[in-house]
Amino acid sequence: MVASKDSGENLVSVQVDDHWISVPRGTRMIEACKQAAAEVPHYCYHPKLTSPGNCRMCLVEMGMPPRPSPGEEPELDADGHAKINWMPRPVIACANTVVDGMGIRTQSLLAKECRQGVMEFLLINHPLDCPICDQAGECTLQEYSVEHGNGQSRFLESKVKKPKNVEIGPRIRLDDERCVLCSRCVRFSKEVVDDDVFGFVDRGSHSVLTVHPDRKLENNYSLNTVDICPVGALTSNDFRFKMRVWFMRETKSLCTGCARGCNTVVGSREGKIYRQSPRENNDVNSAWMCDTGRMEYHQLENPARLTEPMIKRGKKHRTVDWPEAICRAARDLTKFKGEQLAIIASGRMTNEELYLTRTLAESLQPGVVDIVKREGEGDDYLSHCDKNPNVNGARKVLKIRSPGSKLKSIRKRIVEDKIKALLVIGEDLIDCGFTEGELSSLQCLVSSHIIANPTAKMSHVVLPGAGYAEKRGSMINATGRLQRLNKAIDPPGQSREDWEILHELNRAVDGCDGVTELADVFTQMASTLSIFKGLSLSRIGDLGVDVMDTGETVPLLEREARRVSEGLIVG
Amino acid sequence: MEVPKELEKEADDFICHYPQEEKGSASLPLLHLLQREFGYISDDAISWVAEKLGTEPIKILELVTFYPGFRQKAPGKYHIRVCRTLSCAMAGCHQTMEKICELAGIDRSNVSHHDPIAISTDGKFSIEFAECLASCGTGPVCLVGDDFHEEVKPENTEQLLQQYK
Amino acid sequence: MADPRYIAGKKPHPRERRMIFRNVDRSGWDASIATYRKDGGYRELKKALKMKPAAVTDEVKASGLRGRGGAGFPTGVKWGFIPPDNNKPIYLICNADESEPGTFKDRYIIHQDPHQLLEGILISSYAVGAKVAYIYIREEFPEGAVILERAIEEARTAKLLGKKILGTDFECEIYIHRGAGAYICGEETGLIESLEGKRPYPRIKPPYFPAVLGLYMCPTIVNNVESLCHVKHVMAMGGKKYAQLGTPRNTGTRILCVSGDVQKPGYFEIEVGKLTMGELIEDLCGGMKKGRKLKAVIPGGSSAKVLRAGETYTIRDGDKEKTIGLPDIPMDFDSLAACGSMAGSGGVIVMDDSRDMTWVLNNINTFYAHESCGQCTPCREGSLWMKKITDRMLSGGGVPSDVETLVSVGNNIAGRTICAFGEACAWPTQSFVAKFPEEFKKHTSRRNIGKALNPETKTASAGLGD
Repeated sequence: MVASKDSGENLVSVQVDDHWISVPRGTRMIEACKQAAAEVPHYCYHPKLTSPGNCRMCLVEMGMPPRPSPGEEPELDADGHAKINWMPRPVIACANTVVDGMGIRTQSLLAKECRQGVMEFLLINHPLDCPICDQAGECTLQEYSVEHGNGQSRFLESKVKKPKNVEIGPRIRLDDERCVLCSRCVRFSKEVVDDDVFGFVDRGSHSVLTVHPDRKLENNYSLNTVDICPVGALTSNDFRFKMRVWFMRETKSLCTGCARGCNTVVGSREGKIYRQSPRENNDVNSAWMCDTGRMEYHQLENPARLTEPMIKRGKKHRTVDWPEAICRAARDLTKFKGEQLAIIASGRMTNEELYLTRTLAESLQPGVVDIVKREGEGDDYLSHCDKNPNVNGARKVLKIRSPGSKLKSIRKRIVEDKIKALLVIGEDLIDCGFTEGELSSLQCLVSSHIIANPTAKMSHVVLPGAGYAEKRGSMINATGRLQRLNKAIDPPGQSREDWEILHELNRAVDGCDGVTELADVFTQMASTLSIFKGLSLSRIGDLGVDVMDTGETVPLLEREARRVSEGLIVG
Repeated sequence: MEVPKELEKEADDFICHYPQEEKGSASLPLLHLLQREFGYISDDAISWVAEKLGTEPIKILELVTFYPGFRQKAPGKYHIRVCRTLSCAMAGCHQTMEKICELAGIDRSNVSHHDPIAISTDGKFSIEFAECLASCGTGPVCLVGDDFHEEVKPENTEQLLQQYK
Repeated sequence: MADPRYIAGKKPHPRERRMIFRNVDRSGWDASIATYRKDGGYRELKKALKMKPAAVTDEVKASGLRGRGGAGFPTGVKWGFIPPDNNKPIYLICNADESEPGTFKDRYIIHQDPHQLLEGILISSYAVGAKVAYIYIREEFPEGAVILERAIEEARTAKLLGKKILGTDFECEIYIHRGAGAYICGEETGLIESLEGKRPYPRIKPPYFPAVLGLYMCPTIVNNVESLCHVKHVMAMGGKKYAQLGTPRNTGTRILCVSGDVQKPGYFEIEVGKLTMGELIEDLCGGMKKGRKLKAVIPGGSSAKVLRAGETYTIRDGDKEKTIGLPDIPMDFDSLAACGSMAGSGGVIVMDDSRDMTWVLNNINTFYAHESCGQCTPCREGSLWMKKITDRMLSGGGVPSDVETLVSVGNNIAGRTICAFGEACAWPTQSFVAKFPEEFKKHTSRRNIGKALNPETKTASAGLGD
């Protein structure tokens, strides 16, 4: 069952719906069909999980080449392939692997009848609640019933009653009448995150998916089960009843909750994000992400969002327009030189923002530049203990050797009145241990953030930036992979993408005006920094590129690779 | 739930029947022990087995609810299982069931898939249908506790119940 | 009262050839090891231990012994599937889950001759290289389990279990593992899952062939009680001699269990294929009940397709084909298969002309709907659907399309499930409706079309609820 790398001799010929293709030995039939553009419908099969073969939706017709007796020549068809003997019984395409000369029919009468039969069985006890079901629009039961269903019901009996709206954990609700018992959620929890909380109780047609009342589904990866549920049985409390999926715009992006950089799809409509879900990237996050990261988008809905640039006059801030704010910030900052000035940037900034901070620093010549260290709890799956998404970017672009190591001395020198001006980008210093007294002693405090935090309140100039889903840029994750952040929605009010703010500041400080677009910033950066050599923002692609060897590995991916090599999963 | 020492010892002996890393195999034996001791499998019993075998309680609940041999509510003093399957049905098991219920004072009108057991008003007898007890040649057959009875025709039911005081 | 009908000295019918059941109902016989050994018990084990394990397997292969659990797969061939380069432990499991309705043979072996089974298990364990054997016994045999435990203790005391059995290097332990009431545990991979402490969901094959990836993912041989007992007799007679019993490809003896509308239901051990259905019913069972005529027979456990009186079948007779009627069918694997049914587990259920076939099918449907494990879609949803249709038909709510729907639901299950339960639950519906269409039409009416039927109505056979 081991799928080996496709060197010539490891390829086998398989006939799919009358066309011969070559696939690696050990390929599952369902994957071979996919490669032949003959998608086989399925519910229980998931390439990242073991295959129990329980839904029976992927039944196809299979044939084998005859085994001629010694000395006998096999009968060949026009293409020179041995004639296929078709089996009377259908087989599941998900768990069976191909052999040389195998034939697969996905569109034969038998295959179609099998699918139609399974569809009917799945629907007889299924509630007709598509109009209020969150899964509608991305429900395989709905999709397949259009393609493979009967069109009308022959079922005259009463449906089996099962529990509905069951709270199985803090973030998920279960509707057992919608469940098709495919066991994807059971297998995900057990196999991927070692939290074997799901089970089936009762039996036969009365079988019910559930958790034990004393042992709920509350691990930090629970919402992945909602993603892989092929129907509307598992729904996310966060997303329930909020938005129809077909109205949402999907933006490929990244989670910035930690240094893992899980690839995501952000679903939004009219400037509001409704959900964020993992996007498959087998070099980063497989097909999963943690619940914490998934919920990060709510920070963008903070009622304390900064929406306009502000300048402090006396004890009060007044809103100003951007040119005034930038002009004021540049004027104030340039009053201070060397030891008098410090810049505190953030490991949450994109490479482009960090690069523009670097050019700004080259003009302002501050005595010290640092970022805030953000350590937290990681786990053995995806969540990284470094909660900054782009520390590697800060290392490479802003030349930060030891993140956060200089903050203490900055504080000390503020108290000693040596540092008189501070530019803070994307951080709240009060949260990092600075006191209000320290900050109020500064002659110039310019800060940029998305929230009206205590630092903003102390700042002379406040520049409202954009949240992670409101801007574009690139980041380098913990394993050294350069990836792209994309803009799903516009930043609120007058707030702007941070690269633009920094670009304006640069221009106001040194008068140069080299770039007009974010891509230009990357290009400029790539010409300066060797790790980005030959790359452009567009060349990073949706899945990113490795630019550094950090020596770090992802335990979850290593386990997945092991299961692939054992033939347990496709991967 | 208080598990007697001797019972725990018995449980440990059962666990030894299986490879050390396959303790889960002892799930059914342990559940049988607890049902023998307490008459049914309580929520506490499920947790006890799960803890004993180092597994999740849901994995034990999965079994208890799958197998009709495990009860989740207390039966009567004597629990009767009447075979319902074809040969016994042809031999008249439904009449046998009716007669036993009549004699023992059991009302089966509320039994359902989820609650198949009916108990006599005095709590002495409980009854349910069981699928094939594998004695098709001598139907109708039934189990009273662990005792097996054959040819339990309606006219024999009174004599049957009299054996259980 | 508690022992299954033990009729000491009850004479076997002259047409029987008793090997496995030699001691069943034998006068002066009991289940103790002393009695068994006095009668020459464990001699065959001694004989086997002097042979190479592979030679024992060869004898079983030569005997042509086919599994008595239902599928009729050659036992020796099954043993041969253990990979030769295996270095994992090997397990032997005795399937004592006897649960196919109509079958009641293992009960008597276990109750009256437990040491015969233990000897069969030990010989087979030696042959396949198993050091641990489990007897998976159904929960509904509580006394059987106690009797087997006692027999195991006796055997252990007699040093027939444990290490250095009979002074050789052979070691083996036998443990009893009680089920908890599930037909699906008769399916070997379902049984293995159950033994592992999981829900007994049958495994997909490939890749999980028990002989390669069985119990704890180790090579495992699962054999029926009766099959394992036969191994002892293969040892006693030698494979070749055993193969002369019965007919070619259908060798040895087998126990037929007859129930239903005959004068004298019971168990009969016969040479396979040496007796016809008619002889079984008329001679061994004393014919149909008084004044009644034969209507139908389920020949191999409730899942076997029904045979209707008056039907004709074409079977092979040497090189020729011949046409026979129901009473002429030889009771062997191949003949019953040629007649469109199966010998299955040997459970013969006879029905007379008083029986309503819709009622009979409903009873069977209720069984399968209750016993479906629920793992895979067609069986999970289809078995209960078929039961609900026949429920409704019996309660007077049948509509003409029900007949067609029943068959089509059966067709959508058979051949499309993970395990053979799919066929087991579909075959009755497929065959009953095909062979007795008029009986099913009788329960339908055009007047019921579109009526608000009350599917909750309890029917006569809906004993378990649904």
